[in-house]
Amino acid sequence: MAAQTCVDVRNEWDIVSARQLGRDLSKELGFSSVDQARITTAISELARNIYLYAGKGKVCIEPVKDVNRSGLQIIASDTGPGIQDIRKVMQDGFTTSGGLGAGLPGVKRLMDEFSINSSVDIGTEILITKWLR
Amino acid sequence: MNSTAFQVIKHNRLSIIERWQEEMSNFQEGERELTHVTREVFLNANTEFIDKLMAQVTNDHETISPELKDFFERTIQIGWPLNYITQGLQTFLRVTLQVIMDQDFDKEEAFKIYDLLDRSIDGLFNEIVQYTTHTWKNTISVQKMALLELSAPLIPVFEHITVMPLIGTIDTERAKWIMENLLEGAIKHRSQVVLIDITGVPIVDTMVAHHIIQAAEAVRLIGAKCILVGIRPEIAQTIVNLGIDLSEFPTRSNLLKGIEAALELTNKKIETLS
Ligand SMILES: Nc1ncnc2c1ncn2[C@@H]1O[C@H](COP(=O)(O)OP(=O)(O)OP(=O)(O)O)[C@@H](O)[C@H]1O
Ligand SMILES: [Mg+2]
Repeated sequence: MAAQTCVDVRNEWDIVSARQLGRDLSKELGFSSVDQARITTAISELARNIYLYAGKGKVCIEPVKDVNRSGLQIIASDTGPGIQDIRKVMQDGFTTSGGLGAGLPGVKRLMDEFSINSSVDIGTEILITKWLR
Repeated sequence: MNSTAFQVIKHNRLSIIERWQEEMSNFQEGERELTHVTREVFLNANTEFIDKLMAQVTNDHETISPELKDFFERTIQIGWPLNYITQGLQTFLRVTLQVIMDQDFDKEEAFKIYDLLDRSIDGLFNEIVQYTTHTWKNTISVQKMALLELSAPLIPVFEHITVMPLIGTIDTERAKWIMENLLEGAIKHRSQVVLIDITGVPIVDTMVAHHIIQAAEAVRLIGAKCILVGIRPEIAQTIVNLGIDLSEFPTRSNLLKGIEAALELTNKKIETLS
């Protein structure tokens, strides 16, 4: 199976490239069109957050296997300002940019697995997975 | 340029030009962009190129001469390949170097002359790079504008009913354009109902949703109604997952249903004549 593929995120066009990659890989793995849209949307959210809040970072996508299932894993990482209160940003409607504040809690619902690691001034890493049904 | 270098080039002017002409005369072969250029036109261009380049180098100007600059710009504007110019410059450097090597200079002297020549050609390279990037940037921004206008047209379909089909990826710039175009058009056409069709939008993330909500609200503020149509099933799912509430906004599954609703709202009806 293909190895990890990464897209550097520095501008809005890179967000489009990142989600195009997610779209292609999820299609290749046989995800339903709804799940393809979920994965693509989740990547769009994380990549946009990187662009907006950290300035730059990267999105890496790779097919993964568990004991009895396979899926797609996405790691969005940056060395930006980090997130002080993770509980807060995971609440629907919390935003520091006048957005909807729906991105992160939305990504959690779009995907099967969601974990976030962030330290102030060091950066943020978010790992999400969707399993094939 | 130091006087020796100057002297050498001046002295060997004719043989440099001759060798350059010889090498560059083959350039036309295999260049797709030059296939419709007649041999005569091409050779004339070569002569103009080397004459102006020679004048530039032997006049020892710090900056590019207006004549050479004009030649470069014209060549690019008529669509000749950029490497016609770069190759011409490199050939000049190479040919002149050969001529220098044919003289009896000691190594150090020869190197000095070459270095000076190299620097002066470098300046010309910079000039051409700057000019072309500037031109490309302009072209790209013009195309971007054209694309913007194409990608969110506002179409008055019936009196007081307007449709804006959105096609393609929505970024910040496009979102701004959509909003402006939508409001301006809605006012101009005195729209009572505006249908926003998102069938052609590949994904709706929070940013796109936010912009659509803002556009719908703005339409409402100018006294019109906004109906969102063309939400594909998988998009409807992701919108729900994102927790975005569109229940306040009238939606219809496709444009036809949307137009039916709009007709109703504006007290119109389409009937088949028997
Ligand atoms: N990579 C990041 N680095 C630093 N802060 C972040 C990062 N990602 C998110 N945040 C913070 O978390 C907040 C919530 O993010 P979330 O994506 O949920 O909403 P939003 O981006 O504000 O709005 P929306 O995504 O709905 O357009 C952001 O406003 C921002 O303050
Ligand atoms: Mg966000």
